[in-house]
Amino acid sequence: MDLSAINPVLLVASLMVAATPLLLAAIGELVVERAGVLNLGVEGMMIVGAISGFAIAVETGSPWLGFIGAAVGGAILSLLFVVLTQVALANQVASGLALTLFGLGLSALMGQSYVGIKPPAMGKLDIPVLSDLPVVGPILFSHDLVLYLGIALTGAVWWMLKYSRAGLILRAVGENHDAAHALGYKVIRIRVMAIMFGGACAGLGGAYISLIRVPQWTEGMTAGVGWIALALVVFASWKPWRALLGAYLFGGVTVIQLNLQAAGVAIPVEYLAMSPYVITILVLVILSADKSSAPASLGRTFHASH
Amino acid sequence: MSTPLLSIKGLTKAYPGVVANDNVSFDIGEGEVHALLGENGAGKSTLVKMIYGLVKPDSGTMSLRGAPYAPPEPRAARADGIAMVFQHFSLFDALNVAENIALGMENPPAMGDLAARIREVSETYGLPLDPFRTVGDLSAGERQRVEIIRCLLQDPKLLIMDEPTSVLTPQEVEILFQTLQKLRSEGTSILYISHKLEEIRTLCDHATILRLGKNVGECTPRETSARDMAEMMVGTALKTPERSGREFGEIALDISGLSVPSPSEFGTSLKNVHMTVRKGEVLGIGGVAGNGQDELLAVLSGEILTAADAVKKDGQPVGRMGPTARRRLGLLTAPEERLGHAAAPNMSLTENALLTGSVREGLESNGFLKWAETQAFAERIIKEFDVRTPGPENAARSLSGGNLQKFVIGREVLQNPDVLVVNQPTWGVDASAAAAIRQALLDLAAKGTAVVCISQDLDELMEISDTFAALNEGRLSAPRTTTGLTVDEIGLMMGGAHGMEVAHV
Amino acid sequence: MIVLEKRPQPSRAWSMATPLVAVLATMFFGGLLFAALGKNPVEAIGTIFWEPLFGEYAFYYRPQLLVKGAPLVLIAIGLSLGFRAGIWNIGAEGQYIMGAIVGAGVGLAFYPMEAFYIFPLMVIAGALGGWAWAMVPAFLKVRFGTNEILVSLMMVYVAEQLLASMSLGLLKNPEGFGFPGSRNLQSYASAHNAELIEGTGMHWGVVAALIAVIFAYVLLNRHMTGFHIRLTGEAPRAARFAGVKPARLILFCLGVSGALAGLAGLFEVSGPSGQVSIDFNVGYGFTAIIVAFLGRLHPVGILLAGGLMALTYIGGEIAQGSLGLPAAAIQVFQGMLLFFLLALDLLTNYRIRAARKEVA
Repeated sequence: MDLSAINPVLLVASLMVAATPLLLAAIGELVVERAGVLNLGVEGMMIVGAISGFAIAVETGSPWLGFIGAAVGGAILSLLFVVLTQVALANQVASGLALTLFGLGLSALMGQSYVGIKPPAMGKLDIPVLSDLPVVGPILFSHDLVLYLGIALTGAVWWMLKYSRAGLILRAVGENHDAAHALGYKVIRIRVMAIMFGGACAGLGGAYISLIRVPQWTEGMTAGVGWIALALVVFASWKPWRALLGAYLFGGVTVIQLNLQAAGVAIPVEYLAMSPYVITILVLVILSADKSSAPASLGRTFHASH
Repeated sequence: MSTPLLSIKGLTKAYPGVVANDNVSFDIGEGEVHALLGENGAGKSTLVKMIYGLVKPDSGTMSLRGAPYAPPEPRAARADGIAMVFQHFSLFDALNVAENIALGMENPPAMGDLAARIREVSETYGLPLDPFRTVGDLSAGERQRVEIIRCLLQDPKLLIMDEPTSVLTPQEVEILFQTLQKLRSEGTSILYISHKLEEIRTLCDHATILRLGKNVGECTPRETSARDMAEMMVGTALKTPERSGREFGEIALDISGLSVPSPSEFGTSLKNVHMTVRKGEVLGIGGVAGNGQDELLAVLSGEILTAADAVKKDGQPVGRMGPTARRRLGLLTAPEERLGHAAAPNMSLTENALLTGSVREGLESNGFLKWAETQAFAERIIKEFDVRTPGPENAARSLSGGNLQKFVIGREVLQNPDVLVVNQPTWGVDASAAAAIRQALLDLAAKGTAVVCISQDLDELMEISDTFAALNEGRLSAPRTTTGLTVDEIGLMMGGAHGMEVAHV
Repeated sequence: MIVLEKRPQPSRAWSMATPLVAVLATMFFGGLLFAALGKNPVEAIGTIFWEPLFGEYAFYYRPQLLVKGAPLVLIAIGLSLGFRAGIWNIGAEGQYIMGAIVGAGVGLAFYPMEAFYIFPLMVIAGALGGWAWAMVPAFLKVRFGTNEILVSLMMVYVAEQLLASMSLGLLKNPEGFGFPGSRNLQSYASAHNAELIEGTGMHWGVVAALIAVIFAYVLLNRHMTGFHIRLTGEAPRAARFAGVKPARLILFCLGVSGALAGLAGLFEVSGPSGQVSIDFNVGYGFTAIIVAFLGRLHPVGILLAGGLMALTYIGGEIAQGSLGLPAAAIQVFQGMLLFFLLALDLLTNYRIRAARKEVA
């Protein structure tokens, strides 16, 4: 065992990379849940985003087009959830599960001819001087742009929810859809937009895994990240900056256990590999005492009767 | 007479199986307080929803100051100067007062300016309100103020108020009326919806009476007796419940030093509640909604557990017992919310009869269910309480509110309780069904049951109860004999004016 | 414009018809999907639904129907109880794995002793393994109010890692030449869940599935606990008013579904699969969710749905061999079925009606 092989600067830099897919998916789901909708299909939308992004990046040779394709793919898949829950008024839990099961199958089907291919590489930020600074450089100034996009998105969502009128209306819909309807707000329309935003974010998160984090395509490669993102929203008490904090925490756990595996620690690999899931459970237990900040209409079906 | 502010001609709106409004016409003049009078289910709500743009009429027209008026949505109605204070407030508990008000405005100013405006308007009209308080923490009366201020900030030409006094104490009603009169003097018209006749006689210039969706008459309330208006509203002469002289027995239900926190975040905690009810006595508990009524019922039904001897039935501590054990002892309850609490909407009446009847009616043995007996019990409720339904296999949600209420009350009454606690037994029920329910409660008391009736309808409580107490912010006032109690005294027991003040002129 | 109008009460006719309509819609759109993949849609659908039952090799496939259907039905019956009460165990896959590990572990502990009581002990151990795994989310939900959906799912990933660890470590066949995986229980008579009647596919798991169907039917229709389960799902507040203790219901529903999933795992590992190996689980725990919904959470419906889903599995394998239809296409096909089912469920509670435009 050789723990000295673990470089703390690289560790921090790589935990930011590991955290980004989680962060993107969690921010999207946070907006969805703030609008009062529980979409358990995050895992399905992520994996479909992962393959759509991967395929488009490979075909076009542009990772950027890949990411756009992933966002579109995730949003299109989320439309299925829209049809089920907002049009057909189906149970949100069941519909989310259906979305995940369907997405896993669909992605496997789409990805058949992409196994074992390397995607085009994504450029990294390279600012003269800044990127070369010791410690600060690798941590703050040498990542791919999507990672910064994730952080920017967190800030944007925070500002939108807290200060903008659109955010106020979104929160109102999630808090009490009947009252929002009585005031003349289009509950369904607002929720559909939120769900599609969530789908696009999950798609981006998925593509981040297949295009940057790994980078290649394998079936079921999201391996529960979508579910952890759902847990993260609870952890964050539906607050964007806490989602960022949580994502880095989980990213840290993942990276550390990978580093420990590589360093050959005397713990069997399987037990290290299960640690992110066990920690997710622990975090859920610790935080489940406080549900007061959950949107009051979360998961309830809205149907405008006369 | 000049052009009326709002003129309604031949409005009709039908829902499957029911015509909510049938060719309704009337005018509201400028600066007039116009009453819309009718029983529950007479079509008042549908009518105002059409005026407010929430529902589109099947036929008929409206005109506002002579111009055609057909709001496609509430936003358009608000833009035309129509504002509405809902009976069930459309407020957001987790948001603060200013945010709630901003949501009801088209182009709200920045939060800081809005807060200043709220302070200003609330002071002018005697409705003190802190713009940064979370709405979930406000009392029912304060929540109404949020709605009213939200409307007033838009300088409405017509203010629609749907049953506004149901959440106020008598003192608060008086203050509200002064606010409304001030608005009228400033030229605002008010459409005032109510079924409380005395209020309408005090406040309104003109009244339109609806029955079963039709306009059945108009009158000038000040010149018409309450009795005449009531008969127009109901269509027939009313039968009032009879009360036989009763003797009270021993104490059946005894609550002492009861304090429990509310299970819900924005609920009301009960604080040091004391009360006793004797056999054959009807105790009426008044108070504005949200002052601990639901919690009190839950404490008695066994949904909230307390210290064992905080609640005693016939001297036996029952505070730690769950609902089933209490039913076995003869302590039965009927909650306010019919669908989803007292009954499961999608389940059949037979299954709903089983819901509370299993223990006392012997509908199970060793956990296995006796469906034949259960169905017989359901049929008995339907027959004895005149529940209008094709049969016990129908889902609870297929029944009208009044019929389901008769079923829910009947289910408990027929189990011969020693103590029966009901919350809002006649809420949303038409007059004849309400009279039947009240009579059933009185009959039960005559047979020696101790009855606790929690209600916001003071007339109802005065009619059936022997003793009266009021809940105010989770505290129960000392019970008093009903005879000789004045409205002022009742109002004070309910907490007086709760920080409201008379409108500044 | 089309509007939805709530029915005064749920329509029984639609409640029965929706699964059938959903299957037909899935066949149609599945056919389109297969056509898009360059396969003849009629042939593909025919292969999936006809070949296993009436084709040339049906004598081989029909028993397979029982082998694949039994675990699906067994797990789905358990899940349906919780789903009815709004308790969402979606970690049956993990409970299935744990049932197999614990059950097989008990069997292997006796190796090479032969005794009549070994298999019954394994059955009990398998049920307990699944039960214990489900008790984690159950206990956490009761004690801390933790979301059982997320916890039960996380436990699947933990169980998969444990499975890997077991097949590489503790339960590895000492005579396996270093290959991962346990001893094969098929060649250990006392622990083998053999076919009860040769060539029928009928093993103890099938018997257990049938018993579970009957048990669930009686529970839901004739027993107070079943009534409480249904009541909790329909109206949680009314259930508390009726005297239901939510905590007990959570422990009961998750416990039963965990135990049944554990049993399914045990019967699989000691029978058709034979050994604990890294790739032991093939997703029955997730497919069972589809089966539970397709069967409308009704025991008899689940029995039929389990059969249908087993058919698509086997038919899918045949189509994979004969037509080159990708395995993932069948997964999509199954997912589609769940979609149509959930969407069409609307018709049970709502009427669709043409109406003039209205602000709704």
